[in-house]
Amino acid sequence: MPRLSVWMIRAALLYLGVGFTFGALMLANKGVAFDARIWLLRPVHIEVLIFGWLVQLALGVAFWILPRFAVGADAASHKRYGKRRLVWVTFIALNSGILAVALSTWQGGSVAVAFVGRILELAAVITFVLAIWARVKPIGAQQAVDYVGHSVRSVRS
Amino acid sequence: MPLLARFYIKTGLGYFVAALAIALLLAAQPILQLPSGIHSLSPVYMHLLTIGWITQLIFGIAYWMFPKFSKEAPRGRLWLGWAVYLLLNSGLLLRAIAEPLTMLLADSGMGGLLVVSAILQLAAGWGFVINTWSRVKER
Repeated sequence: MPRLSVWMIRAALLYLGVGFTFGALMLANKGVAFDARIWLLRPVHIEVLIFGWLVQLALGVAFWILPRFAVGADAASHKRYGKRRLVWVTFIALNSGILAVALSTWQGGSVAVAFVGRILELAAVITFVLAIWARVKPIGAQQAVDYVGHSVRSVRS
Repeated sequence: MPLLARFYIKTGLGYFVAALAIALLLAAQPILQLPSGIHSLSPVYMHLLTIGWITQLIFGIAYWMFPKFSKEAPRGRLWLGWAVYLLLNSGLLLRAIAEPLTMLLADSGMGGLLVVSAILQLAAGWGFVINTWSRVKER
C-alpha cells in the first residue's frame, strides 16, 4: 500500500471513530436527555462520516488498488501510482475542507468558512479525478511515458 | 474469504434489504394512508443503510483484503473482529427497536436502551479502528 493511501485510510479511520463518538452522544441524548447542545453535533457527525470516512476511504483505497503503470525497469517505483503529488493536494484539500465545514456548522459558525470548506472539497475531488483518470484503464493497457515521466498516450501492450 | 468477512457482508446485505423495505414503507405512507407514526422509522432507515449496509460491507471487505497484520495473525486480533461484529449488530438492532418506540411513546421506558445501543456501537467503531490501524501500512 502506498504511503499516501496509508495516510488517507488512517485519517478515514480517525473520522470513523470521531463520527461514531458524536453519533453515540446524540443517540444517548435521545434516550436520556442530558444536554440539548448535543444536537449541534449533528451536521458535524454527518460531514465527518460522509466525507471524512466514506469518501476519504474510497479515495485512499482507489489510489492503492486501481491499475498501476509499468514505469521502465523500475517496476517498484512510486511512479507506478501516477500523479502522486496531485493526490497529496487532494488529501490536504479534502481534510482542510472537512475541518472548515465542520467548524462552520458549529454553534455560531461562519458561512464564509463553510464556503471556503466546500471550495476545498471540490478542489480535492477535481485534483483526484485528474490524477486517477489515466489509471482507470483496460486490463493489459500500459501508459506510455516520455523521458521525463510525462504520460503521452495510452496503448495496449 | 474468511468466515468473519462472510458474516459481515451477508449481514450487511440483510440490512440493505431491510433499509430499502423501510424506505418503501415511508414512501407508501401518504399513498396508502398508513399511520403517520411510521415516520418514526426514518432515522432507523438512514442508519440501517449507512451503518448496517455500507459501513458493515466496508468492515467485511477491509477485514478480508487489507494488508496482512503478520504471518501468525494475518487479520489481526480475531476475537476483536468478532467483538466488533457482535457489538455493531446488537447495537444497531437495539436502536432499530428502541428508537421508534421512544419517539412514539414518550413514557415507553426505552430511553435507557438507546444509551446501551449508543455504547455498543461506539465500542464497535473504535474496536474496528484499533484492529485495522496496524494493517494499514506500506508494503
